[in-house]
Amino acid sequence: MEQSAKLPIPNTLSTPLKSLLVRWETFLLAVFAAVFIAFSVTSPYFLNVWNLSDATFNFTERALIALPMAMLIICREIDLSVASIIALASVAMGYVAQTGADVPLIVLTGITVGLLCGLFNGFVVTTFGIPSIVVTIGTMSLFRGITQGLMGNQVLRDYPFEFAFFGQGYVYWVFSFQFVLFLSCALLFYILLHRTNFGRRTYAIGNNPTAAEFSGIKVRRHKMILFAMVGVMAGVASVLLTSRLGSTRPAIAFGWELSIVTMVVLGGVNILGGSGTIPGVVIAAFLMGVVTFGLGLMNIPGIVMNIIIGLMLITVISIPVIMRRIQQHRSRHL
Amino acid sequence: MKINKFLTTAAATLGLALSPLAMADEYRIALVVKSLGNGFFEAAYEGAQEAAAELGNVEVIYTGPTSTTAEGQIEVITSLIAQNVDAIAVSANDADALVPILRRAQQRGIEVISWDSGVAVEGRSIHLSPSNDQLIGEMNITLAAQSLRQTGAESGQFAIMSATPTSTNQNIWIEEMEKVLPNFPELELVDIVYGDDLADKSYRETQALLSNYPDLKVIVAPTTVGFLAAAQAVRDEGRIGEVYVTGLGLPSELAGHVDAGTVHSFAIWNPIDLGYAATHIAYDLLNGSATNEEVSMGRLGTGRVDHEGNVAMAEPFIYDASNVHDFADIF
Repeated sequence: MEQSAKLPIPNTLSTPLKSLLVRWETFLLAVFAAVFIAFSVTSPYFLNVWNLSDATFNFTERALIALPMAMLIICREIDLSVASIIALASVAMGYVAQTGADVPLIVLTGITVGLLCGLFNGFVVTTFGIPSIVVTIGTMSLFRGITQGLMGNQVLRDYPFEFAFFGQGYVYWVFSFQFVLFLSCALLFYILLHRTNFGRRTYAIGNNPTAAEFSGIKVRRHKMILFAMVGVMAGVASVLLTSRLGSTRPAIAFGWELSIVTMVVLGGVNILGGSGTIPGVVIAAFLMGVVTFGLGLMNIPGIVMNIIIGLMLITVISIPVIMRRIQQHRSRHL
Repeated sequence: MKINKFLTTAAATLGLALSPLAMADEYRIALVVKSLGNGFFEAAYEGAQEAAAELGNVEVIYTGPTSTTAEGQIEVITSLIAQNVDAIAVSANDADALVPILRRAQQRGIEVISWDSGVAVEGRSIHLSPSNDQLIGEMNITLAAQSLRQTGAESGQFAIMSATPTSTNQNIWIEEMEKVLPNFPELELVDIVYGDDLADKSYRETQALLSNYPDLKVIVAPTTVGFLAAAQAVRDEGRIGEVYVTGLGLPSELAGHVDAGTVHSFAIWNPIDLGYAATHIAYDLLNGSATNEEVSMGRLGTGRVDHEGNVAMAEPFIYDASNVHDFADIF
């Protein structure tokens, strides 16, 4: 009792707190460093700023969505419809672009469609109390279905030339717009989750929604905001991806929801809610990006790559759990 | 000291890894496919290796995403650009979405061609189609004549089973067939029916053909769905040996019908030749021996390049009892 009084306010009630989280990120960072060095040694093409810069394009869009997704999962909810939101937002942008609209309007359309989809998910989940995994599996098909229904086999590619900047442009030297945007958003979400009341409430709801409700937190409104944030970021990701591809097809971003959730879980966010950090998710995004790129440089077939990433996920996640078990076992015997 | 040692070791390892680069005359050509684990593309790889063995100084990198997505292919192409390969030959999952990344590849000095499934003109120098409309039309009529001889008749009636009346490909091919018909006086075209690429409708249309034209000898179906349904109908009606079905079909679907005798021969592109020709064209571009009008395709001869960089490989490849089972395992 005396000891717990000395500790800062915990992020979670059930696990040995901050120290573990810090250790988790250190561990991930160590894995990242090891992988990075291993690839630098094995591939002559790896340590090249332009190659590394090119490689960031392959994960920043997904990583952008992983940021609010981490908060949503900490809050005991999930959104599996994100990839379909990207598709729907992309189609909306494509049609707006077809009318000859200028770049700001196209971008605004994409983000607004994302926001509306997120609000719709949040509304259904919070109003009818249906588990979000069920709702968003539904909207995953719904949003993708609308996309396919609207477009059929068409391609939309009437994007103005300047629109290419978001997905293909550079802010400074090797730093692409996408990459800089991701780093800025990571900082914003870090502040939001770890430095504000909103963030504290997220953890509180994730650890015990009933207690949170009774302590005066507006749980439903809070979740609604989180769903909306995921929607907006999916809209932003849609702008980047559409700009990078220069065209829209209904199959755009197909299957991305799983790799986004993988990033979040690899980042140390408890899939059952209640704990996790933004730095963890950011490192996990980089780790996945570097592993995919490095294996790609060795022309390792995608099927083998999937196996390696799967094994990495299981190993990285189980090592700390096993270590903790061993520690607990020891302390019990002292 | 320790750091020094590490650096030397690292440098040595790097040097080792770099050594294949030292062989300057080695061309590395990447064959990027729609997805890995697809028999059609494995066969194309086989052809690419055959070409590489012929050419000597070519290394083929066979790669692609696990599912048929443009995003997956972009990831693969990014890593190929990083590896500084000499040429990329891609069968695209999306003709437009790959253009930005392929243009980047071209800017970094990589030759880009597409094959099988093309990329928009801005993203590649040459597109290799398996065949062209005229060759496909000719082939269908040649096959019809072949099937007619199987019935033992000197001359006879045939009908065409198409997909939908609005299908662009089908209509062009039928037009091309009608163009070469005068060269085949033994063949009399009696009807064109549309199965809409639906198995049941194609089946019923075939039954109607068989009862409306009792002397019908051959049905030509330039569509895989219609082909299979027509062959099934002929077999079910007990007309094996009297009526033959031919056209464009897949060996894996039709091997059984070739055995049963409903189909004598049919045609479709040969994936081995496709990979072979793509590799030769990429090599020809790297070598500088390709011109704006002509590219070499090795044993398949010379390809004519049109103003948009399209090259048609050859007439569709004929499959019959002698080879259908070998290819049935592939696609």
